[in-house]
Amino acid sequence: MTLWEIDIHPAAGEEDRAALRIAAAAHELGLAENLRVAAARGFLLQGAQLEATQAEKLAVELMADRVVESFVAAALSDEKLTAPPPRLARNHADSIFCVTVHPKPGVMDPVAQSALAAAADLGVPLEAVMTLRKYWFGGASEADINALSDRLLANEAIEQAVIGSLSIQQLDASRTYQVALRHVPIRQLDDEGLLRLSREGQLYLQLVEMQTIRSYFRELARDPTDVELETIAQTWSEHCSHKTLAGRIAYQDEHGERRFENMLKETIFAATQEIRKQLGSEDWCVSVFEDNAGIVRFDDHFNVAFKVETHNHPSALEPYGGANTGVGGVIRDIMGTGLGAKPICNTDVFCFAPPDAPAYSLPPGVLHPRRVMRGVVEGVRDYGNRMGIPTVNGAVFFDERYLGNPLVYCGNVGLLPHDKSFKQTQPDDLIVSIGGRTGRDGIHGATFSSAELTSHSEMLSGGAVQIGNAIEEKKVLDVLLAARDRGLFHAVTDCGAGGFSSAVGEMGEKIGAEVHLERAPLKYAGLSYTEIWISEAQERMVVAVSEEKWPQLRQLCESEGVEATAIGRFVLTGRLQLTYAGIEVANLDMKFLHKGRPPVVRQATFSPSPLLPLAPPHKLDYTDDLLKILASPNVASKEWIIRQYDHEVQGGSVIKPLVGAERDGPSDAAVLRPVLTSRRGVVIACGMNPRFGDFDPYHMAASAIDEAVRNCIAVGADPRQIAILDNFCWGDCEKPETLGSLVRAALACHDLSLAWGTPFISGKDSLNNEFSYTDAAGARQTIAIPATLLISAIGQIEDIAKCVTMDLKLPGNLLYLVGETKDELGGSHFALVNGLAGGQVPTVDAETARRTFAAMHDVIHAGLVRSCHDLSEGGLAVAAAEMAFAGGCGISIELGTATDVAVVLFSESNTRFVCEVTPESAANFELSLAGVPLTKLGKVIECDRLTISVNGKLAIDADIRTLKEAWQAPLRW
Amino acid sequence: MAPKVLILRAPGTNCDEETAHAFTLAGATTARWHVNRLLEQPQQAAEFQILCFPGGFSYGDDIAAGRILGNQIEHHLADTLREFRDAGKLILGICNGFQILLKTDLLLPKDATGPQATLAANDSGKFEDRWVWLTVTGNKCVFLSGLEALELPVAHGEGKFVPRDALVLEALRANGQLVLKYAPLQRTETSPYAAIVSGGGDAPAREQAVPYPANPNGAIDDVAGLCDLTGRVFGLMPHPERFVDPTQHPNWTRGPHRDVGAGLRIFRNAIQYFL
Repeated sequence: MTLWEIDIHPAAGEEDRAALRIAAAAHELGLAENLRVAAARGFLLQGAQLEATQAEKLAVELMADRVVESFVAAALSDEKLTAPPPRLARNHADSIFCVTVHPKPGVMDPVAQSALAAAADLGVPLEAVMTLRKYWFGGASEADINALSDRLLANEAIEQAVIGSLSIQQLDASRTYQVALRHVPIRQLDDEGLLRLSREGQLYLQLVEMQTIRSYFRELARDPTDVELETIAQTWSEHCSHKTLAGRIAYQDEHGERRFENMLKETIFAATQEIRKQLGSEDWCVSVFEDNAGIVRFDDHFNVAFKVETHNHPSALEPYGGANTGVGGVIRDIMGTGLGAKPICNTDVFCFAPPDAPAYSLPPGVLHPRRVMRGVVEGVRDYGNRMGIPTVNGAVFFDERYLGNPLVYCGNVGLLPHDKSFKQTQPDDLIVSIGGRTGRDGIHGATFSSAELTSHSEMLSGGAVQIGNAIEEKKVLDVLLAARDRGLFHAVTDCGAGGFSSAVGEMGEKIGAEVHLERAPLKYAGLSYTEIWISEAQERMVVAVSEEKWPQLRQLCESEGVEATAIGRFVLTGRLQLTYAGIEVANLDMKFLHKGRPPVVRQATFSPSPLLPLAPPHKLDYTDDLLKILASPNVASKEWIIRQYDHEVQGGSVIKPLVGAERDGPSDAAVLRPVLTSRRGVVIACGMNPRFGDFDPYHMAASAIDEAVRNCIAVGADPRQIAILDNFCWGDCEKPETLGSLVRAALACHDLSLAWGTPFISGKDSLNNEFSYTDAAGARQTIAIPATLLISAIGQIEDIAKCVTMDLKLPGNLLYLVGETKDELGGSHFALVNGLAGGQVPTVDAETARRTFAAMHDVIHAGLVRSCHDLSEGGLAVAAAEMAFAGGCGISIELGTATDVAVVLFSESNTRFVCEVTPESAANFELSLAGVPLTKLGKVIECDRLTISVNGKLAIDADIRTLKEAWQAPLRW
Repeated sequence: MAPKVLILRAPGTNCDEETAHAFTLAGATTARWHVNRLLEQPQQAAEFQILCFPGGFSYGDDIAAGRILGNQIEHHLADTLREFRDAGKLILGICNGFQILLKTDLLLPKDATGPQATLAANDSGKFEDRWVWLTVTGNKCVFLSGLEALELPVAHGEGKFVPRDALVLEALRANGQLVLKYAPLQRTETSPYAAIVSGGGDAPAREQAVPYPANPNGAIDDVAGLCDLTGRVFGLMPHPERFVDPTQHPNWTRGPHRDVGAGLRIFRNAIQYFL
């Protein structure tokens, strides 16, 4: 069989952008100083009777854009495919290397799939297509080329780089599969054998859990099949069962010991239950900690659902694919909430190591943080934008301890009618899989994500890394919502971690299920029954459909080109029965599967560190400190990221992530109007302060909650209707002090949630975020991430016309500081840029904060505030600078007596806002805020300067353009 | 009777709902159809007065933006849509819809040498969402009737208008088809109120006189949108459906108060054409 290749090059005179990008990236990494590059993209075509004229036709009519591109089409063996293109400048005596990068067999290649269908539509039937990228290099040694391939061109987890000509014979990932039922002899294993089985089988279960499984099968007097063992491991994984946080914990801190039967239930859930009780008939929570996402009431017709997930481990190995499928996964969570919600916006929060880390200091197996960041941003961009879901809110936080374990939080908000907010699988419903086909990709994601990463993870877990296909998911979304509105199914859930195993297991938990695994449509032949059952292939949903409605659902799916297949049935047996081609391969008691896991018992301790004094340097002028904080990557403008996300699709954008006269100021929260015929708005914000956690996780959690809520308040949200989500990313919680810090954070969540009547409605944890490797000296090293709690908030505003933004509006207006500034420089960015340790970390005064938020809402709702900005990293000085340069106006602030100038300017005390008020509104504004701390700061001025005087002396004096440039330059990539 | 608008969607289309909303606000009745439905029953197109290809990523924009749906139309619906246009009706392509139209013969028919123009990858090398200032040139295009200048958002990765050569560009210009162009950023420093700019004047005739990011993609001659020879088929990269409500504008909290967004005019013009 002849394979054909079509290479697409930039036409003569057009810029070779892909080559420029590679050259720039190689330069960043310090590889091959005199590198010259040409790049092309290409397609490999396989067709039984494919002829040259047909290949040419495809090139002309489908693959190449003849206005700006040219092509080379030839049989794969043809030398002109590897010949360097004329645009690559030649030096005599230098060798040219041609490198082709293509996906490994079985890796999702959406463009190839589309090309296959489009070629058929043009009357050229093909058997298979594969996409590839090609590069020609001059001015580099073979060693350079190998380094480039490894570190820049290809990611080993999913791609293959080939130097020279390709030797592929056939494009087919199929294998032959002979069904052979496998049992795992577990009954006779001793404890050591159990642990080895857990480790080598990638089950990642603990001894007591393995022992429980052994006892269960000893009682049954048989050994488990491989798929039974996999099913149990996946159901009991940390990722799926959250057994640590929902388990027994003995917690010890300076107040003594406290024992939890179920830590989450007794802290965070308990606060929500109490709030709901207090609200009584006014309760606006609809479904909390039950479904895929938390659901709250929005208006008379609709509810909103919110979920935030993490996709850390896959993103560490393959940033693009990891983030891509992270977004795809959380969108499916929302699609599978109730009877299906319509996704209305995405949120994305990332934690990376500083992007300027020198390449040579990286431990083995770690990707450079710059590459991770680029890949993650592109992965989020490509999935969210293609799905047509605006990405409206996020944050990026940098710390060296994220080097081996970057964090990628993906959130999604959905809208669903009141009467579609609950689901109930019915006995005898068909189990129908909708969407993508099942492949060998994504094997062992659920158990893998519960393990610690090591420098060998890439080799071990390649199957856990995937690439998404957003358009497949969009197609599924389109038919799913149509089917929901026609009442065609009783229940729906997504195939996420654990694949069918998890989805069917969850939906059939209270009934029972039988699944015929050979009925699942496959991407290619040769999957074993176990692979089919646990594959986490993307873009699949499972619905429970009555026999009667099935034909209608099938017809609807067909009409939009979506595959739907009945793979089994929910039957009232209380058992999970799997068959493959008539052979029973699993038969498990649902009760054992879901309730049989032995409780995890853990110790947790926390000992507060002594308060060390922080001695700020004494000086007169702090302008330089302000410039440094503005330029620190946590504070610096994220415009490079934000603009790559479509934040306006769906047409409901009210407050965008970038605001102000030149549309480049940092908005506190996003506001959108999910129902285009209504004026009611949804407000989305987040809060996160990992640096505070190094002092006290309690105050870190309280500060994160305060930040998320005050961001909502700052744009006009009603504090009586803000719901929040927790996402705990922690290190190894088998270490008592690590778990202790988590429990302490959860206690703060409980306390503040209850004090404010701000319920948690959903949450997720990702533990074991540690990275182990052997350093050059042969010593074992472990990097644990800092305790990182993300709080996401969803607020509401009755009339979006009342919203305010953070950019200054008009010279002559007055400026006020709402809230109290305390001596809280511990963990601040002032301390960071000056290398200062110690100090008091910011705390939250819950009662004052509650009154402040209520009063702030009143003045914004009454239209007394022209602009409002919350105070966070960098304190008052940074907030004032951002308001000034976003509005294109100057500021003059005069502060009276202060003992410590640095505290006044840079303390990061919580619950504070700067408000701009017209002189006419000032009296009313002051009156309305009589009950909360209020300081008159100064005013908005015509000239382009920010000046802050303290004790009559000028402490900050800068041109707002200088400030803006300092803030914009660092991440202007 | 209100004109009927057919909004055609395909796998990956994602601006169909807000585009339908914009047409509804303008006074039309709308239907959102999957392209498969029109492929099965092409004669049903005759029931509509306006056909709209909304934004999104049809078929993922795999291979090239708009390519696969454009090919489908060329191979299966070319006659239907030509009849539609020749019956004096209107066709609008927004963003991905513009990309699709350019891949068909509806907007700029291919000649012996091949396609006359394309929408190539942005000079910035990435997808970008930002607001731009636009000026309207001439009065050929039905959709832009009475408009001189307006602000709209763009959100695309492949929006750089590139004519095949200078002759094509000159012909398009001479025929008055280059109807919508990116204009220089209107500085807001002099007045903190960013208003709809009135009367921006003709864009200069030089190639790409407007620098990035005002010209967000490096489009030749700053072309943001163009129409066919009849003025009834119009494609544009910016999204008028994203500015039909005043609160969609990035500076609405800075004033002055507006009743509607400027983009609504484009939809109203289309409806007005049939009244």
